[in-house]
Amino acid sequence: MREPASVSTMLTQRVADWRDTVATILVWSSALLITAVFLWILGDLLLRGLPHLSFEFLFDTPMDAGRAGGIASILVSTLVILLVCMTVSIPLGIGTAVLLAEFSRHNHFFGRGVRVSLDVLAGVPSIVFGLFGNAFFSLYLGMGFSILSGGLTLACMVLPLLIRSTETALRAVPDDFRRAAAALGLPAITTLWRILLPAAAPGVIAGLVLGIGRALAETAALLYTSGYVDRMPGSLLDSGRSLSIHIYDLAMNVPGAEGNASASALVLILLLLIINVLTFRLVDGWLHQRITPH
Amino acid sequence: MTDSCDSSTLRPWAQRQACCPTFEPCIEVLDLTVAYDGKTALHRVSLDISRGCITAIVGPSGCGKSSFLSTLNRLSDLTPTCQVSGSVRIEGQEIVGQELNLITLRRQVGMIFQKPNPFPLSIHENLAFPLRHHGMNDRQRREEEIEKVLSRVGLWEEVKDRLHAPALGLSGGQQQRLCLARALLLSPRILLLDEPCSALDPLASAVVEDLIASLRGDYTVVIVTHNLAQAKRIADYVAMFWQVDGAGTVIEHGSAGTLFDSPADPITAAYIAGARG
Amino acid sequence: MFLSRSDAITLWTLRAFAAITAAITLLIAAFLLLESGPALQSPGLTHFFTDRAWFPASATPQFNLAPMIAGSLLATLGALLIAVPLGIAAALFSRFYAPPFLALLFRRLLELLAGIPSVVYGFWGLVVLTPLIREWQPPGQSLLAAILILSLMILPTIALLSETALRSIPQSYLQGAAALGLSRHSTIVGVALPAASSGIISAVVLATGRAIGETMAVLMVAGNIVQVPDSLFAPVRTLTANIALELAYALDGHRAALFVSGLLLMALVVVLTALSHWVTRESQHA
Repeated sequence: MREPASVSTMLTQRVADWRDTVATILVWSSALLITAVFLWILGDLLLRGLPHLSFEFLFDTPMDAGRAGGIASILVSTLVILLVCMTVSIPLGIGTAVLLAEFSRHNHFFGRGVRVSLDVLAGVPSIVFGLFGNAFFSLYLGMGFSILSGGLTLACMVLPLLIRSTETALRAVPDDFRRAAAALGLPAITTLWRILLPAAAPGVIAGLVLGIGRALAETAALLYTSGYVDRMPGSLLDSGRSLSIHIYDLAMNVPGAEGNASASALVLILLLLIINVLTFRLVDGWLHQRITPH
Repeated sequence: MTDSCDSSTLRPWAQRQACCPTFEPCIEVLDLTVAYDGKTALHRVSLDISRGCITAIVGPSGCGKSSFLSTLNRLSDLTPTCQVSGSVRIEGQEIVGQELNLITLRRQVGMIFQKPNPFPLSIHENLAFPLRHHGMNDRQRREEEIEKVLSRVGLWEEVKDRLHAPALGLSGGQQQRLCLARALLLSPRILLLDEPCSALDPLASAVVEDLIASLRGDYTVVIVTHNLAQAKRIADYVAMFWQVDGAGTVIEHGSAGTLFDSPADPITAAYIAGARG
Repeated sequence: MFLSRSDAITLWTLRAFAAITAAITLLIAAFLLLESGPALQSPGLTHFFTDRAWFPASATPQFNLAPMIAGSLLATLGALLIAVPLGIAAALFSRFYAPPFLALLFRRLLELLAGIPSVVYGFWGLVVLTPLIREWQPPGQSLLAAILILSLMILPTIALLSETALRSIPQSYLQGAAALGLSRHSTIVGVALPAASSGIISAVVLATGRAIGETMAVLMVAGNIVQVPDSLFAPVRTLTANIALELAYALDGHRAALFVSGLLLMALVVVLTALSHWVTRESQHA
């Protein structure tokens, strides 16, 4: 059997007719266009943001509505919102995924119901999560505009991501391990903790990274749940402004804050990149150590 | 069970009888029927299995051999569509259709699968983890047990310097012996082997086969095998499974000598002859 | 796996977790209905399409959502017109045209772009794109800006998912085409694209959902004037932007009207989800 790459190479070597030439030109120019536009965006952000990015920027609190000063309180709020979101969504998400993958028969109505509900949840626009969070957490449960309300709203949003990747990872664990464990008289819960979840860890962590990324990037769902206040939050029931909302506010409502908005955007992108790269490094190293002999 | 039986050398049945001199039932199967989703896979199987002997289950594929094996430790419970009826008694205890402690049952009835299935842990942890789980908390004793069982399966010399290396890095034959060690560690009385050699290369297969032969006397062994020559080499008793009217059943069973040398059933005779030729 | 008695507790805990998860969707639907209830009773659903205009806070409130619906649909449609061909071309590039190292680099780029937050796209649109459009055709903040930013945002989704679909075509199909001496173009048009069509269609459906649901980026570049646009350069307001702009000060009937638009968005998502399920199932039956 040939490798995929070599078939493509083989295809490349076919004698080209004119349609082939036209298609090739179109495809290459599309790719070039996309690359150019995105380099433009990234370059632009770097050029605008880098001059404003400094150590002080990260550790000062915002002043003059964000035109001056830094983003210390914003970073803290962002992290705490993220923490609330993950504390709630990780156990719920992994628990649900385990139930779906390990303990529910394929066509059982409960499992089917949960799955359909997740599919819908995954597509719900973030502003609708914002509406819901505002009505349910902020008003109905009386949390007001608070970090708690924002974090919980985000938790609802990232759940489908966590569950889908965890469930897929668990389903990919070979049945051999389950049979071996059963034949050794190990109960389900031990098998799950010691064998299945560790074996599924890379997939679970990939889902986690996706979830964190989505939560960090989210703006619309937070507008009317965690609010706008840019002070350092004192408790979970304080309002806190996330980094994404800060960028939005500076760009739309604060004339003359473009520089700081660009720098904040850079910080946000860098955070996302670091989380991605670090996690995948970690997972890779860990996998390597587990599978390959010394 | 006598010590004279632990030899791993291959002997003709006349001598083998000395190890397994009389038939003492350990597992008694009566009218066992297994169905998946209402479709019968195994129909009214009755078979007694003698304590301390090696019983081989032979026959073509699709005649319910593996289904039969998986009812003996209730691993059939893992398949939600699987329905089992009839009676299986292990040391007099009925295990079909009963609320019973599966953990205890499966500690007593160990199982080895066709494809070696060590956990994705280190070699050491593959053995230590089940031991710890079953309540052996004394670290010193655990280490002794692990060394003993690894020596028993002939792995100790091969892996003693890399006990903490991943088990999945071992060769297929080594993995299968590790699985056997893992099963033996829980001191079962019965071992179920589901074609333990068929995924291995001939050399590794021979090593594992010798090992299985050496279990005679200490354990009641039930081995499913496609390989008639293997059954002939190691089995004391043989049960011949065959598909009749779409469902598997036992058509003949008895001592290996009788079954191989003078089969009563014409199908058995033809099957053995075919395999020989 | 099998269950001991202590496992039973675990199982019930897991079931409770899953029940909570399932309840979230119901809870969202319930609260959207609850909050939009007053507006659905009076003025009633038809008013959202037949009222003269959108004056939700006046003494005689008018609740015509049609301009916002038009804004959302036009922006989405425009973005699809740009992003679908480009996205598929990008997928073909990385699967068939690019040399391996370039394909990998290009994929990484697309993944990076898929991860850029919408507010950052919006910010870039606001400070770079809209001034450029303004120089050409004022005011700059316009349907066109919304379309361009939206197409940038959904392009990586379409490209990455289509690439996955192309990658999962059985290798034997391509070998078969190669053995027949088909050109690369004929192989792609005749074999690869048809074989991957259901995956590509689901990608487009998913991207449609994202485009309709996108709030921040559109809010920042579209100008947000409530009108059915008469040209590409006219400012528009989408359903999502409308909610984000007005929820802060909306009271009573006005607030309820915003929740009605939320309900509308959710209904669109349910339809799109059902559609993508249907596409996948059809292709499995075929």
